[in-house]
Amino acid sequence: MNPLLYRQIATLAAAVFLLSVAIVTGALAEENSLAPGRQMADQATKGVPHWSTSDHSKFAVLDKEFASGAEITKACLSCHTEAADQFHQTIHWTWLSPYDDGDLYGKAGYSLNNFCVSANKMEDTSCNNCHVGWNGKKEGINCLLCHSRQDIKWKAEFEDYKFFKEMGDMEIAADIQRTINSAVRDIGLPGRKNCGNCHFYGGGGEAVKHGDLDASLINPQKTLDVHMGIDGEDFTCTRCHTTSFHRIAGRVYSTPAVTHRKSLVESDLVPKIMCESCHTATPHKSGHKANDHTDRVACQSCHIPTFARAHATKMWWDWSTAGKLKDGNPYQEKGEWDRPVYKSIKGDFRWEKNVVPEYFWYNGSLTTVTAKDAIDPTGEVWISKPNGTREDDNSRIFPFKVHRGKTPYDKVHNTMLTMLESEEVNGFWKTFDWQDSFKKGMEIMDLPYSGEYGFVDTAYVYPTTHMVAPKDHVVACNECHVTTDGRLASLTEFYMPGRDRLHLLDTGGWFLVLAALGGVFLHALGRFFAGVTRRKEN
Amino acid sequence: MTGHMKKIYIYTRYERSWHWLQVLLIAILLVTGFEVHGSFHLLGFEQAVTVHNFVGISWLIAFAFFVFWIFTTGEWKQYIPTTKKILAVARYYGFGIFKGEPHPVPKRKNAKHNPLQRLTYLGVAALLLPAQMLTGILYWSYNSWTEWGLDFLSLGILAIIHLAIAFAILLFLIIHIYMTTTGHTVFAHTKGMITGWEEVEEGDIVEEWEQKAK
Repeated sequence: MNPLLYRQIATLAAAVFLLSVAIVTGALAEENSLAPGRQMADQATKGVPHWSTSDHSKFAVLDKEFASGAEITKACLSCHTEAADQFHQTIHWTWLSPYDDGDLYGKAGYSLNNFCVSANKMEDTSCNNCHVGWNGKKEGINCLLCHSRQDIKWKAEFEDYKFFKEMGDMEIAADIQRTINSAVRDIGLPGRKNCGNCHFYGGGGEAVKHGDLDASLINPQKTLDVHMGIDGEDFTCTRCHTTSFHRIAGRVYSTPAVTHRKSLVESDLVPKIMCESCHTATPHKSGHKANDHTDRVACQSCHIPTFARAHATKMWWDWSTAGKLKDGNPYQEKGEWDRPVYKSIKGDFRWEKNVVPEYFWYNGSLTTVTAKDAIDPTGEVWISKPNGTREDDNSRIFPFKVHRGKTPYDKVHNTMLTMLESEEVNGFWKTFDWQDSFKKGMEIMDLPYSGEYGFVDTAYVYPTTHMVAPKDHVVACNECHVTTDGRLASLTEFYMPGRDRLHLLDTGGWFLVLAALGGVFLHALGRFFAGVTRRKEN
Repeated sequence: MTGHMKKIYIYTRYERSWHWLQVLLIAILLVTGFEVHGSFHLLGFEQAVTVHNFVGISWLIAFAFFVFWIFTTGEWKQYIPTTKKILAVARYYGFGIFKGEPHPVPKRKNAKHNPLQRLTYLGVAALLLPAQMLTGILYWSYNSWTEWGLDFLSLGILAIIHLAIAFAILLFLIIHIYMTTTGHTVFAHTKGMITGWEEVEEGDIVEEWEQKAK
């Protein structure tokens, strides 16, 4: 070979080498920098630590004996004069949807679920354990459920206090009073446990309702929740669920998604804190395909690969088997994770851990079936279902926990039935008498009951938005962009690369490729043998 | 082989670099493209998309240089289609080649392509490849369709066209690669595309119609 050729090859090799070095260096530099969404979020949350001019442990008004919850509330309101008025207007108090007139929607209204079904207008007393009042709505607001940093069983403490005081055992009574008083004076903003005491235990137990909210979030690791992880950002609930006048932002059942996609950096008055509020609509590194997904795919869809990652969550509740007794007594059976799989008072349960969500188009609101609505018992009744379509620009693909089960309904009226359950009020859990419980429940609701009941398949959805995983656990592209059994296999109204195909084209295309390969092979064979023959003849 | 062989310089340095660069780009695009489509697993979907996009855009840029080259050098005239001798060429590949007959239209500097090649290459370079680039760039810019007023497009149909052309290019590739073995030795044409010099039979006159017009 000539020296010129060597020089050309050397030049080419040098050029290729330099180009590779440049690309690799660029890629590394990119790798080490924070994605814009992280930078923006860091800015948005880089606040000054909360500080206060008050120390509640020094307030004289709190340094006294409290014999009832109402007395505590009175003390609170003696300084916080507007708090009760504000709070009485919130959903936490009313248990009625603020978005509709009347009392149709809400726990205290006609809303249903396929867990304990209904709170029977707050007459089902067990449900009231989670109402922010002393004895339901009857004796004023219990400010301490949210604002005391100590977690005590208020109802039990006051009952005990009264009991021992009446018994004349003043030493024990004083001891209990010290516990109460200490909790009254240890006041702050709501912590994860304050919110969690209700929201992690909804539906009659820990991890029952939401797949993404359970007691594992009281002190979570970053791997469970990047925002709340105590080894990471250590957010409390109120970091995102911001509050004005005791109204807490972030409830997503009735209001459509924020249409103006503003970040806090653009405007700190956005009505709802969403992922985009801090992370912006293009949070990924420039040029990353994920930025092109944010208009149609909610952040949660990729960043929450599974829910119930620490504690198993309830996925199935079959009321139809409830009421079985052993030797005349109710019983329960436990299964995996020490979770009950059968309870006489409630029926059969199924629990799951690390659950892959179901995905739906979602505009931020749900359509729900209330106790007043007619149902079609021939199919699965969706007691709540996400609203949204592919055609609606404000709908995104969003992950949900779908809780299924068999739930009682009126076979004549074709409506769901709300049975009274609590023992205290002689509900099903005491009587194990379906007819009696339905009669009592429907009477409280002022709705007709035909006397004929059955159990219908139901589904109930929870949007999945907590338990955001660290970025290296994110849902990979090919979990959706895959020919079969992808996460979005059920959303068929659009073409997705890697998933969808025209089978005729694939079959025809590969057939032609094989035919071409066969053709050239035969042609080559023909040339070879013809050549051999020719040489022999020569 | 009959006749005397002589060496002629037939492919310029740019032409050769462009040819092999395009080989590389098309091969990568086919492999990654079919992986994105879900035909097999090699790099993984995400990596395949990244590579496919990068190589696709690179191809587009390189193709612009090729278009510039082909028009400024007048080489485009080598692609003017003709029906003359086309049957003879077809007959040669169907029968004559087995009997050891000489090629009816041998390569010359001013007539690189036989009539079949002219037709095929014109189809590939002027129709298939630009169509693939156009559908590719539209596919790539899916998120800007609304902004660009292209909302009437359907990603599904676009993807089908893009895939159909990919199959056509793959078919071309198979036959093209096979055809390179039909020279006077199996690697004669390949060697010609690497060095620029190819051995052809001496004595044949390039007919007027075949010549690239000066």
